[in-house]
Amino acid sequence: MEKQLVVGVSPSIRDRVSVETIMWAVVIALIPSLAISLYFFRLRALLLIVVSSLTAIAMEALFQRVTHRKMTVRDGSALITGILLAYNLPPGAPFWVPIVGSGFAIIIAKQLFGGLGYNFINPALAGRAFLMASWPEIMTHRWMPTATGVLSGIDAMTSATPLSTLSEANRILADPLSTMEQLQNANLAISQLSSHSSLINLLWGNVGGCIGETSAIMLLVGASYLLLKRYIDWRIPLSYVGTVALLAWAVPSGATPLFHLLSGGLMLGAFYMATDPVTSPITLRGRWIFGFACGVITFVIRRWGGYPEGVSYSILLMNCATPLVDKLTRPKRYGEAK
Amino acid sequence: MGLKSFRGGIHPETFKQLTRDKPIREIPPPTSVIIPLSQHTGAPSEPVVDAGTHVKVGQKIAEAKGLVSVPQHASISGTVKELRDYPHPVLGKRMPSFVIEADGSDEWIPLERKDASDMSGKEIIAAIKDAGIVGLGGAAFPTHVKLSPPPNKPIDTLIVNGAECEPYITCDHRLMLERTEEILDGLGLLRKLLQPERIIVGIEANKRDAIEKFVRARNGSHVEVVALKVKYPQGDEKQMIETLLGRQVPSGGLPMDVGVLVQNVGTVFSVWEAVIQKKPLVERVLTVTGSAVKDPSNLKVRIGTLVRDVIAQCGGYDDSIGRLIMGGPLMGISQYTDEIPVLKGTSAILVQTQEEVFTQPSESCIRCARCVDVCPVSLLPAELAKLADRGKFEECEQLGALDCRECGCCSYVCPAKINIVHLIKYAKMEILSKKS
Repeated sequence: MEKQLVVGVSPSIRDRVSVETIMWAVVIALIPSLAISLYFFRLRALLLIVVSSLTAIAMEALFQRVTHRKMTVRDGSALITGILLAYNLPPGAPFWVPIVGSGFAIIIAKQLFGGLGYNFINPALAGRAFLMASWPEIMTHRWMPTATGVLSGIDAMTSATPLSTLSEANRILADPLSTMEQLQNANLAISQLSSHSSLINLLWGNVGGCIGETSAIMLLVGASYLLLKRYIDWRIPLSYVGTVALLAWAVPSGATPLFHLLSGGLMLGAFYMATDPVTSPITLRGRWIFGFACGVITFVIRRWGGYPEGVSYSILLMNCATPLVDKLTRPKRYGEAK
Repeated sequence: MGLKSFRGGIHPETFKQLTRDKPIREIPPPTSVIIPLSQHTGAPSEPVVDAGTHVKVGQKIAEAKGLVSVPQHASISGTVKELRDYPHPVLGKRMPSFVIEADGSDEWIPLERKDASDMSGKEIIAAIKDAGIVGLGGAAFPTHVKLSPPPNKPIDTLIVNGAECEPYITCDHRLMLERTEEILDGLGLLRKLLQPERIIVGIEANKRDAIEKFVRARNGSHVEVVALKVKYPQGDEKQMIETLLGRQVPSGGLPMDVGVLVQNVGTVFSVWEAVIQKKPLVERVLTVTGSAVKDPSNLKVRIGTLVRDVIAQCGGYDDSIGRLIMGGPLMGISQYTDEIPVLKGTSAILVQTQEEVFTQPSESCIRCARCVDVCPVSLLPAELAKLADRGKFEECEQLGALDCRECGCCSYVCPAKINIVHLIKYAKMEILSKKS
């Protein structure tokens, strides 16, 4: 025959979904939460997100150019890291913060380990942890009220985010030196936190907090797209969120399970960062364990820890445990006695 | 009620509409055939004719050698030209093959219609062995061996595999529609031989007409017909058993270890021909299909016909021909030439256009675990591929590489386009070569 045949290994047909497809779908899924963050935090949110994203992309391109590696910025993963890092910043953060954070995330946490697929911890969370350790003042105090004027949504106390209000109230209630007025305010705050109007504000994101974490509903809208498309695994967010809800129901913490689900970075962490495929287990049982452990650590930090919020550390800790979890949960051989 | 299925698997587009409604067409015997001595799992056959011998259709030209082997028969009448090494489409190397040139008379050995009612099991087995029957689903394991389980492995269920889960292929579908009676009679023979408690015909739900035909034709014969969810690799022996009976064949074991025997519908039809007509396996039904074939068809083809000659009977190639595949798109083997013969185990010839040919380079694994979710035998394909790539074959074995069914679901879904199943096959080869 005169025509040339192309030879290759089987299978000869492949699914259309590529790494790029998945990464850009995550970017699309982040649009609703991005839009509402612009509404609540206006120009500051926009600028922080843009600076963070551009830094992430530029750092990845620069690193790959300098080290003569294949350019991969088009796969969208650096952009995701940039957006997620900005989502984890308080709106009052100065503009050098996302540059340092994104730079650390891309260069130290991602590229030095070999780039996409080889990093052992989520780059955006590593960047956030680096910022928390280096400039705790900025990362825990630069909260701003939303454009509608709401901060913690609690009249009695004004300590920034709903979770820090809860943490502060619990501290006052446990402190024998608290004054009568302090105790009254703390009790009032706690009763207000889980009130109907407080929960509505939490649902929409009309509260103080990191730029991209406040709106539970918009994060869920994006996540449902990823879940429907099966681009993220449902077991990790379900076991994560479920565990937090269960513990919040079983352990008295001054707030209802619903408050715990909607506040802080839980939705952002459970659906967008714990589900990072590179740094979470590949085994089925491993994914359940990963989500469960993240839930336990998150709640323990919120209830008894030194920080008001525990989402990012819980995921970072479990990222480190992922190889072990994978090893301990290898599937049974097919045909083995059940 | 949901249809029966198994864990894992994929849903590729089937493209069966290309040939689904095309009745089996018998093509004229070719002017020459190439018949390799190895068309089956086991030892190559032993030649019994010399170059220059005149043979009739169905005449034995090679005898089974050893326990796991089958005889070969001339598929056209004419002269045996030579026995020489010839490219083999499955083994990927040159293998000794008979070249027969036709005399144009198409003269057959005498076929006699037999009454099977007084045949013993031994006689049935002998007839199957003599006819050179192998599994026609693709694995090409000698059928008489499969039908002779040791006495300590009683068979309680015979499963007839009509799943035909690979995309594009429709030859079993057509056979089930056009040869329903013969297949059911063939099952009668197997029932006599194995005396199973149950006979179950499993057919994927996208072949509703075949399911209905079997349900209507089985009257009173105690053959169960079950519709299966359309999912690849439903037609894999072990997936059939899991789906229909909820039993898992142990690692390294055979279906008979769980009291089951699986036969492909095409094989059952050939068994019927061998026993009732005393007709050797000299022809088979296959699907010639794909966007680069002008007239996709289901054909009855003599074994040993060159692919080139088969394609010519389907209007030839389209100009944009890219890849030629022996078998289906998932497990079929890409060929570098069309001057290769149709084998007993060839169920399809698929020709893709240049645009359809997959050429994307592999990227880094992002551990998305899609391969883990689709693996029908619960392996960690990405992990195995990584280890195989690094030459860590012992670790591959510990992770169960030898359990891999080579279905290719992992490679199919991989977003990083890593040739996962290929790497696992490589590891299996290395593991097995160290063992022997």
